[in-house]
Amino acid sequence: MYVYDEFDRAFLAERVAEFRDQVARRLSGALSEDEFKPLRLMNGVYLQLHAYMLRVAIPYGTLSSDQLRRLAYVARTYDRGYGHFTTRQNIQFNWIKLEDLPDAMAALAEVGVHGIQTSGNCIRNVTTDQWAGATPQEFDDPRIWAEILRQYSTLHPEFTYLPRKFKIAITAAPKDRAATKVHDVGLRLHRNEAGELGFEVLVGGGLGRTPFVGKSVRAFLPARHLLSYIEAIMRVYNQYGRRDNIYKARIKILVHEIGAEAFAKAVEAEWEAIRDGALHLSDEIIADIRSRFLYPDFTPRADPPAALVAALEDPAFADWHRNSVHPHKVPGYAIVTVSLKAIGAPPGDATADQMDVVAALADDFGWREIRVGHEQNLCLPNVAQEDLPAIWRRLEAAGLATPNVNHISDIIACPGLDYCALANARAIPVAQEIAKRFKDLDRSRAIGRLHVNISGCINACGHHHVGHIGILGVEKNGQEFYQITLGGRADEHAQLGTLLGPAVSYEQVPGLIEDVVDTYMELRADPQELFIDTVARLGVEPFKERVYAAH
Amino acid sequence: MASPQQQKLKVNGPVAVTANRLTDGAVVWRTAQEGWSPNLADAVIVTTADQAIALLASAQKRDTDAVGAYVAPVVIEADGAIAPGNLRERIRVAGPTFELPH
Ligand code: HEM
Ligand code: SF4
Repeated sequence: MYVYDEFDRAFLAERVAEFRDQVARRLSGALSEDEFKPLRLMNGVYLQLHAYMLRVAIPYGTLSSDQLRRLAYVARTYDRGYGHFTTRQNIQFNWIKLEDLPDAMAALAEVGVHGIQTSGNCIRNVTTDQWAGATPQEFDDPRIWAEILRQYSTLHPEFTYLPRKFKIAITAAPKDRAATKVHDVGLRLHRNEAGELGFEVLVGGGLGRTPFVGKSVRAFLPARHLLSYIEAIMRVYNQYGRRDNIYKARIKILVHEIGAEAFAKAVEAEWEAIRDGALHLSDEIIADIRSRFLYPDFTPRADPPAALVAALEDPAFADWHRNSVHPHKVPGYAIVTVSLKAIGAPPGDATADQMDVVAALADDFGWREIRVGHEQNLCLPNVAQEDLPAIWRRLEAAGLATPNVNHISDIIACPGLDYCALANARAIPVAQEIAKRFKDLDRSRAIGRLHVNISGCINACGHHHVGHIGILGVEKNGQEFYQITLGGRADEHAQLGTLLGPAVSYEQVPGLIEDVVDTYMELRADPQELFIDTVARLGVEPFKERVYAAH
Repeated sequence: MASPQQQKLKVNGPVAVTANRLTDGAVVWRTAQEGWSPNLADAVIVTTADQAIALLASAQKRDTDAVGAYVAPVVIEADGAIAPGNLRERIRVAGPTFELPH
């Protein structure tokens, strides 16, 4: 866990007081809507179709049990008893009244949680691997570096009015769980041949109406130069990024228009001037940040413990264990993914009661720590293997143990037309129907890893371009239609999906997805060949022929 | 994608003016008394672009009751009842189309 200091707390309390005053002035009419809107957005407050929405950042996806309980409290007290975890390691409350927002924010601020910089043209919540600090694969805990970036970018005056929003993601493991290649800046922490820690720097990735996979502009940046290099990137962007056209304002457009090489050159030139200046990260600064992350006392234990071996006799527990439990860096421990994708439920939603259950599990078994991943699931990163049966029983009782992690029913979906004022089409009910079609565990297990991503419009909040199967809602003559893409992926081999064919109606989508999956099952070379690999091998044509012939 | 506030006004059937209530964001409809009502049944219905523009202008005069006003399509049913004119407005009136988590 990261321990916040007094500065953070005092600052947040002031910010809530300021917002309370702004709300009061808005309600009295002293502030017009035009004056108030930018102020509320700076605090993460949007107006959606039928209510205000509060977006709260979960820095690098890490929550303490107290913080999660407080999210539950806010959901229960000021909202309708649930919250929506998003692909950006945020949580959104969909029904909070403007009059209640200052109280809700005050309750969150007490535990160091807020919505600042979750909206607007600033550096947004820096995201990372939800397994940080626990996975055996990583070179370092990426959250150290995410925290350094958080402190640097929070309220940075030079970066408060960027041409457009700016998203940074970090992975410290070769297996990329943070989708770094589709962010404005992606950072891949690794060691060079001399054993030094550094970043590969990717720039210009992004989704939305003009999707791009990020380009590598530097293979190895010594870690101590992280801030000066990011500053150089931001300055080049701030200077050359377009402000005349909102659709061309993201850094990806700049990188695309001038080319990654020219962009890199401009950054290097800017960086030369500042690299050894005030932003240089001394060993002391890094050590200080590092010291504020507290780790459990991981005394190695039996691996596997006898209690676990015995419990695996129960087929239901074994199904969950096989699907939702992952190796930990310390023998005898495990990482647990908590599926927020119960069959037929809105993906990523958790009720206040479910949040309390997970918080209590973190207290009892997980050193009080919870993570949020971009797949819209939760995670207990540090648990002892001998506690897994008890954890499973309590998750199961709360509807949180669906063994479908990374299966076709583990769908990423944006709020879509059921909530979002920008949407063309619904996303959540499409996800619900697809999940129901594949609820049979044997079938979904036989299909294997398959990511379905759904967005309700071209803004791509559901990452549809990088879903193995991507579903994009469009509008045709006032009706909901959906474009299907195949072959996208968000990991270290990130690529954008290829359009399958003409858009289909709302009613046709689930059947079409079943046809795509059936085609894969017939065409795959062997049961080990994943969907994504079959599409890579054969292209979309064989799928297109089969699917559209059937419809 | 482009929200209705940003679209060109097209009137080819009955329309009403709708917005979100300032205090809680709830969906409200412009009434004949130049106020706002949460019930679509209370909405003023107009059928020409000129009337719609005038209704919208009157709705935008004050922004302390409701915000983000725009012209939305409605349909008049056989029994005279007013219903939302498209899926977006149906969702605004009736809420999400699936059961909310509880
Ligand atoms: C009030 C609701 C929301 C609004 C108004 C909104 C707005 C937008 C817009 C306008 C873009 C396009 C930006 C661009 O291309 O420059 C975008 C992208 C994105 N949003 Fe949202 N969004 C909302 C909800 C969400 C939710 C619920 C999630 C997570 C599930 C999310 C995550 C993202 C992501 C990941 C992207 C694409 C990545 C990128 O920036 O290239 N947003 N959003
Ligand atoms: S993709 Fe479109 S519909 Fe979905 S949340 Fe983003 S803006 Fe809304």
